[in-house]
Amino acid sequence: MSVTVEAVALRHCGFEAKVKIAGSGAPIVYLHGAGGPAWDPFVDALAPHHTVYAPDHPGTGDTARDAIHRVPSLWDLVLIYDELLDALGLERVALVGASFGGMMACEIAAHRRSAISALVLLDPIGLWREDAPVAQYMTATPDELASILFCDPQGAAAQAALALPSDNDERAVALADLVWAMGATGKFVWPIPDKGLARRLHRVTAPTLVVWGEEDRLVSPVYAQEFADRLGDARVEIVPAAGHLPQLERLDVVAPLVLDFLAAPDRRPGEP
Amino acid sequence: MKVTSFHFMPYRELPDDVERRYRSVWVDAPWHELADAARAGDFYNQSIDELLLAAEVGFDGLGTNEHHQNPYGFMCNPNLFGAILARMTRDRGLDVAIVQLGATLVSASPIRVAEEYAVLDCLSGGRLIAGVPVGIGADAGLSYGVTPIEQRARWREGIEFMLRAWTSAAPFAWNGEHYQLRNVNLWPRPVQSPHPPLLVPGGHSSSTWDLCHERDWAYAFLSYFGAKAAEAAMDGFWEHAEAYGRERNPYRASFLQLVAVAESDERAEAEYGPHLEYFYKKLLHFPPQYFTPPGYLEYPSQLGAFKAMAASPPVDLKALTARDMIERGFAVVGSPATVRDQLEAIARRLGVGHLLAITQFGSMPHELAERNIRLLGSEVLPHLRTIWNADGWEDRWWPTGIPGTLEPTAVGGAA
Repeated sequence: MSVTVEAVALRHCGFEAKVKIAGSGAPIVYLHGAGGPAWDPFVDALAPHHTVYAPDHPGTGDTARDAIHRVPSLWDLVLIYDELLDALGLERVALVGASFGGMMACEIAAHRRSAISALVLLDPIGLWREDAPVAQYMTATPDELASILFCDPQGAAAQAALALPSDNDERAVALADLVWAMGATGKFVWPIPDKGLARRLHRVTAPTLVVWGEEDRLVSPVYAQEFADRLGDARVEIVPAAGHLPQLERLDVVAPLVLDFLAAPDRRPGEP
Repeated sequence: MKVTSFHFMPYRELPDDVERRYRSVWVDAPWHELADAARAGDFYNQSIDELLLAAEVGFDGLGTNEHHQNPYGFMCNPNLFGAILARMTRDRGLDVAIVQLGATLVSASPIRVAEEYAVLDCLSGGRLIAGVPVGIGADAGLSYGVTPIEQRARWREGIEFMLRAWTSAAPFAWNGEHYQLRNVNLWPRPVQSPHPPLLVPGGHSSSTWDLCHERDWAYAFLSYFGAKAAEAAMDGFWEHAEAYGRERNPYRASFLQLVAVAESDERAEAEYGPHLEYFYKKLLHFPPQYFTPPGYLEYPSQLGAFKAMAASPPVDLKALTARDMIERGFAVVGSPATVRDQLEAIARRLGVGHLLAITQFGSMPHELAERNIRLLGSEVLPHLRTIWNADGWEDRWWPTGIPGTLEPTAVGGAA
């Protein structure tokens, strides 16, 4: 898969966005999770059917590390994405978001409303229930993190996602990038990932697919219905034998679910 | 050299297996399984008595600090204790600095810290040293909800706010990045002019050295791994001083050290060894993410930490005995002669004019702590006091005090 990186200079917060672009077909935007961007097998599976735009959250991936210091609030981050979608010419587009990216996809859809043609949420954070607290992944040890993220931490999907470079310097960079990505995205969810999204979800007009790993230990599958109830036009799919990243552990199930959902006529960008 | 007796006020009676029973003794260790409020009260009072004794036997300063949700040290606000010490030392005519190292600007609000420090300076008669720690992630982030990636910027803004609140001639509005206050008009103001000396604690971060040199503030290197491990950092501190045109005045720098003395080296190891192990194995039992949650270290520092870890893995404290810790210099423990010689060598090698001596650590009981403090006062302090005298440096980072305020009758408390 040939992936290009486009730099987009935004006025808001002086942020220079970096967007990975690949594939062909109806455009979709993919928003990554708290661990930072990766062109993973799930995004790869979308690209033959869609032009995938995958921006890096400020401070992560190809963006300047200190860019996050110039994005003071969640409101500013929403406006960054609002300006970015305009700059990319994506007047009406589907959003796919995983974990923290799922929360941001909801925030953007609640703001841009009818300009979002469809929404796919993969184990999103953003809501809070006293009886099912979201795991404090930011202070987990590496071993704890692996067992929070994956149904089977020893499985092939988990091992591929957790693999680190063998070279000492490259490994140090990969680890620092991971920690900084959690810190940078953590700016908008610390210490509890409930920043008022529950009050705004009703504004989302896009039809939504809510996908959840049945064994998610970071954010319990009980949240799937919480999202669906507030969204209105939403369908829930619980994926067995998958943790917080069902799109990696059960790519065979999740990729067709997402592609079929996005292929329905009313969810295509050109047909409001 | 000036020596401060610095106290963490730990919980001294944790069960033997605490580090195996729990993932961490910081942030989430269960109070009801581990501690007792009446004993906590005993430990607070014993700690205050130990600090007062230190003042009586000749220490130059009394140090307290702030931590939360742990048995390592549970002074939620050091200014509560600083206030007690300010008054009790004033009553007794003891001319010691009240070293707050300190109230954490980002955990409390900066205006509250500015006010409380001003109160302490008034109450003590100008004896305050105003410590400005950035704070650790476990306290500010995990216990008090401060966003880790904002902690440093909040801290820097908090310092600037406090300085202006102390010194501004007229009320002002503060429209900062992190703090907004419509009308800042501090009552009281500190008595030291233009303001109490600041003391900035730090580790290996060169940006902290630069901040100190740029502003001519004092620096305290805080580490539990002894003078050998501090050499690179303090060499860096002095190299940066040179770059800023700052003279190598030892009073710019403080060094923290666990110190315990007994009649002989053997007896010291036997008496203090268990408390040393309690400190390192139980009170420092926490996952590293608790001290530096993601975003707490700036990216270059985080990257540097991972590179350093690859080059030399962190010390496994659980595998060390008290003797290992003493031999590695984590703590200076021994006879009066051993402790005198080691502390002098440390002061000269690192070039520090202020020592922060932890004289009660871990499970050390009150009676033993008092014996340690008395022996330090009679056998060690007289020797340390003169270390830099021949060099003729002026200590511009020590409180000026107000002449006459230390007469017991001056506050009318003698009756």
